[in-house]
Amino acid sequence: MMVNTKSGARLIVDHVSKHFGETPVLQDVTLDIPAGQFVAIVGRSGCGKSTLLRLIAGLEEATNGSMNLAGSLIAGIREETRMLFQDARLLPWKSCVDNVSVVMKSGTREQALDSLRQVGLADKAEEWPSVLSGGQRQRVALARALTGTPSLLLLDEPLGALDALTRLDMQGLIEDIWKERLFTAILVTHDVSEAVALADRVILIENGSIALDIHITLDRPRERDNDFVYFERLILDRLLERNSGERKHARDVVYSI
Amino acid sequence: MWKKLINSRFAPAYVPILILIVWQLLGQFEWISSRTMPTPLKVAEAAYKLTISGDLFRYIWSSSQRAFIGFVIGGGIGFLLGLLNGMSQTANRLLDSTVQMIRNVPHLALIPLVILWFGIGETSKIFLVILGVFFPIYLNTVHGIRSVDSGLIEMGRVYGLRRSALYRHVILPGAVSSILVGVRYALGFMWLTLIVAETISANSGIGYMAMNAREFMRLDVVVLAIILYAILGKLSDTAAKLLEQALLSWHPTYVRQKSVKRRGTQ
Repeated sequence: MMVNTKSGARLIVDHVSKHFGETPVLQDVTLDIPAGQFVAIVGRSGCGKSTLLRLIAGLEEATNGSMNLAGSLIAGIREETRMLFQDARLLPWKSCVDNVSVVMKSGTREQALDSLRQVGLADKAEEWPSVLSGGQRQRVALARALTGTPSLLLLDEPLGALDALTRLDMQGLIEDIWKERLFTAILVTHDVSEAVALADRVILIENGSIALDIHITLDRPRERDNDFVYFERLILDRLLERNSGERKHARDVVYSI
Repeated sequence: MWKKLINSRFAPAYVPILILIVWQLLGQFEWISSRTMPTPLKVAEAAYKLTISGDLFRYIWSSSQRAFIGFVIGGGIGFLLGLLNGMSQTANRLLDSTVQMIRNVPHLALIPLVILWFGIGETSKIFLVILGVFFPIYLNTVHGIRSVDSGLIEMGRVYGLRRSALYRHVILPGAVSSILVGVRYALGFMWLTLIVAETISANSGIGYMAMNAREFMRLDVVVLAIILYAILGKLSDTAAKLLEQALLSWHPTYVRQKSVKRRGTQ
């Protein structure tokens, strides 16, 4: 395993807004994420959650406000921030191990292989990405993200395109690596149960601002028991804008159709 | 039996062989006058005699040399300019419409001008080949670079690949398949241009051999020249295909081919 001296970084998002032309996408978002916390951002599609992640990654500039990572202002792409995209974005013309080593500043092939070993793909090192399954590609992408010992890992719905079983596997893998490496992690997802399974804290974004910010106080590893369902329902109810009384009514409507 | 014949690796040769046989028979029984078309055997005889005298190889050599030099220069310029215009929006705005204007002039229409400029020596023929191969490679290089997946470029930027590394690892490899399409087109244009240039003015080369033979009504040599062009064209296309297989071994099409072959040998 790689030596890991760095750990997570604290991220402060300070009154950030983002407009695309005249359309506001994010409005006055303020967040303080302590080092090493696993945060999940959920919300309907188009609510601005991916935009927030891209701002944090330095891929786009905020219209107003500022962001601060480990004490310094975010003004562009930073080396200690790594991102996992929804599609794995592996270079199809490089073997798996080369896909990992190409982003390493001063790495050897050995280190790249180590990284692949950590995600359980050492035996696929010489294969082209095109012959891998979706889950395997995402694992190579994870190995690539981990080579630089990032202090902040951004996950932009990386499991969205995977089948249910592979997704559970990947969730376990991400959780294990996060526990071992102690980086700060921000996961954007539309899957509430994934958010509850992985995150210390779930932030719900609605129409470009934070609508809900709750800490998930469940022990790890998490079982899908009553407490789990409690959190899941709490978030879903808020997301679907219904309260307990209304839900019964909503169900009646569904049945009557 | 039928299946075996069709699946044989010689299957692409069946039709040409059949044509040769029919052609020979038609000529032999004087169904086609030997003044219209010599028989394949006569052509082979001419080839043999020219080989013995050494002329044949001298002609092939000087034609291939022109083709190669023109291809390297024209392809090189096309590739570099394509690279520039593909990468820089400013360069593209300044240069592309000029290039497109020149492209729309049939380059063979420049032959009178080229002869006035460079005479009938090597330079004029190489110049025409350069013009012929430049455009397909230029166009496909620009297109290849433009069509590299923007997600991959963004990934490269997030992972700290700066200018030169980004081009080397992401943009160029992404453009290769398109550039190779340009190469195959360019090879076609290369021979086409050369044939025309050599028949108009030359004192060596396959085109010269054909024109010279025409003066003496040596139809067998004329047909031989045509066949030589066909063979050379096919050879360069095969070379381009091999290059494709080597450079695009990651591509799903070729990956699949590899696994099929592996299964076949087991």
